[in-house]
Amino acid sequence: MFLINCPYCGERDQSEFSAGGEAHIIRPKQPTELSDDQWAEYLFMRKNIKGVQFERWNHAHGCRKWFNMVRDTSNDKIHAVYKMGEKPPIK
Amino acid sequence: MKNKYSIFSLIKNAFSYHENWQRAWRDPEPKKEYDAIIIGGGGHGLATAFYLAKKHNMTNIAVVEKGWIGGGNTGRNTTIIRSNYLWDASAGLYDHALKIWEGLSQELNYNVMFSQRGVMNLAHNLQDVRDLKRRTHANRLNGIDAVWLNTEEVKKFCPIINTSPNIRYPVLGGTLQKRAGTARHDAVAWGYARGADAMGVDIIQNCEVKGIKRKENGVEGIETTKGFIKTKKIGVVAAGHSSVIANMVDLKLPLESKPLQALVSEPVKPIIDTVVMSNAVHAYVSQSDKGELVIGAGTDAYVSYTQRGSHDVVEGTLKAILELYPIFSRMKMLRQWGGIVDICPDASPIISKTHIEGLYFNCGWGTGGFKATPGSGDLFAHTIANDEPHKLNADFNINRFVSGDLVDEHGAAAVAH
Repeated sequence: MFLINCPYCGERDQSEFSAGGEAHIIRPKQPTELSDDQWAEYLFMRKNIKGVQFERWNHAHGCRKWFNMVRDTSNDKIHAVYKMGEKPPIK
Repeated sequence: MKNKYSIFSLIKNAFSYHENWQRAWRDPEPKKEYDAIIIGGGGHGLATAFYLAKKHNMTNIAVVEKGWIGGGNTGRNTTIIRSNYLWDASAGLYDHALKIWEGLSQELNYNVMFSQRGVMNLAHNLQDVRDLKRRTHANRLNGIDAVWLNTEEVKKFCPIINTSPNIRYPVLGGTLQKRAGTARHDAVAWGYARGADAMGVDIIQNCEVKGIKRKENGVEGIETTKGFIKTKKIGVVAAGHSSVIANMVDLKLPLESKPLQALVSEPVKPIIDTVVMSNAVHAYVSQSDKGELVIGAGTDAYVSYTQRGSHDVVEGTLKAILELYPIFSRMKMLRQWGGIVDICPDASPIISKTHIEGLYFNCGWGTGGFKATPGSGDLFAHTIANDEPHKLNADFNINRFVSGDLVDEHGAAAVAH
C-alpha cells in the first residue's frame, strides 16, 4: 500500500496501477535461434530481489501508460520513477 | 528420551500444576558439521527433517531458522487442507499429503487438531460450473472424493450462504470434498519439531543464513549469523525467501514473492462448520475452534517482502464475503496480516535437485503450501536422501520450465492464485 508518482499524471494511489514485473528484460532479437534454456531464462526466471528492484508499472486506471520504477521490495519505498526508454536515474 | 503425551501424562502433570512439563525440543548450539542442513524452520522444513530422520536414518542433521520455528507462513496461513486438484501430478502430490494428515496426530503423538469438516468450492457463472464439474470428474478418476452440489444442496450444506439469484455473483452450485478440512497450523510445526528433535535433529533458531559456500560443482557449507556450518547436502525450504537463498549461489528461480493476506474476526458462537471457498470473487472463510472467522484474501500483484499487503485487496475480499454472507455484516475484524508467498508461473511447487550437487529446493508453493506440509516433507526428504525424486514429485522438478512440461494449476486448482 503506497503512492506512486506517475510520470504523466502525478501522485496517485497504488491501487490505480498494475505491476508488470521485473524491468529491462530484453526480448530476444532472433527468437528462432534460442535454445530451450535461453527461452526458459527469458520467459520464467526472475531475480525476485529483496531490496532495490527495477520494475515496470502501468497506470491501468489512469493514463494507461507504461513506465519504470525503482522500488525497495523490503519496505515498498520508491526511489525513482522514469519513463520507458529512459536510462535508470540510479544504479 | 521424550515423554509420551497421553491422558496419564496430563493427569500426572496436573498434580504439579503443569509446571514440570518437559520442554518439547532442545535449543542447541550448531555443531561444526552435519550430514545435511535444512534452511527454513517452517512446517515443510521441519517435516523434511522429521522424515529424513525417521525414514532415511539421517539423524545428524540440522534445521536452521532465521526467526523462530513456525513464525513465517506456517503461522500465517488460513489452515485449509484439501486435495481436489485437476491434474494427475497435483492430485498425486496433494492426496499423498492428505493421507498423511489423516494419521498425523498419532504419528507425531501431538494433536494437530486435524478436522475433516469438508471444503466447498462455489461456482458463480457458467464457466465456473463447467470447470468445477470437470474437476470433480478428474478427481474421481484419481481416487479423490469429490461431489457436485446444486444450489439447493449448497444451501443445505451451509445454510448461511446467500443463494439468491439476484446477487452480483449468484451461487450456481459447488463442489465438496468431505475428506478436506483444517488443522491447527502452529501444532503442525511444533509436532514436527518435537518429533525431529527426539530423533536427534538439531533445531537452531535465530540463525540466519548469510551465504552458501561452494566447492567445485557442489556445496561445502553455510555461513550463518552463528558461524560457518559444514555440510554436503543443503535443502532449502525458505518459502517467500527462496530467491534470496538462490541468489547467494547465482541460481535463478522462476519465482515471484508477493504478500498474501488473511484476517480474523472477533470470536463468535459456531456459525459455519465447514470451509467455503469462492474462486470468482476470491473469498474463503472458515471458523476456528476459538470462534473467529478465518478469512483468506488475495495476493498483491507486485513483488514485495513486507508481510503487509494492500488495503484494496482486503476490501475486495470483504465485499465478496458480505454479499455471500449478509449475516456477517456487523462482525468486527480483529487482526489482519500478510505472509510472503513464492509463486511459480504455473502455480505448482518445485521439489527438486538443482544443477549444483547437494543443493535441493522445495519452493514455489505459492498461496497453498500449508495443505501439503506432511507430503512435501516426506517427498523432499526422499529427494535429499536418495539424490533423486520420488515418483510423486518427479513432475515437480525445476527443469519443467525448460522442457515446457508445466503442471498448470492456475485457476484449475479450485481457487485463483
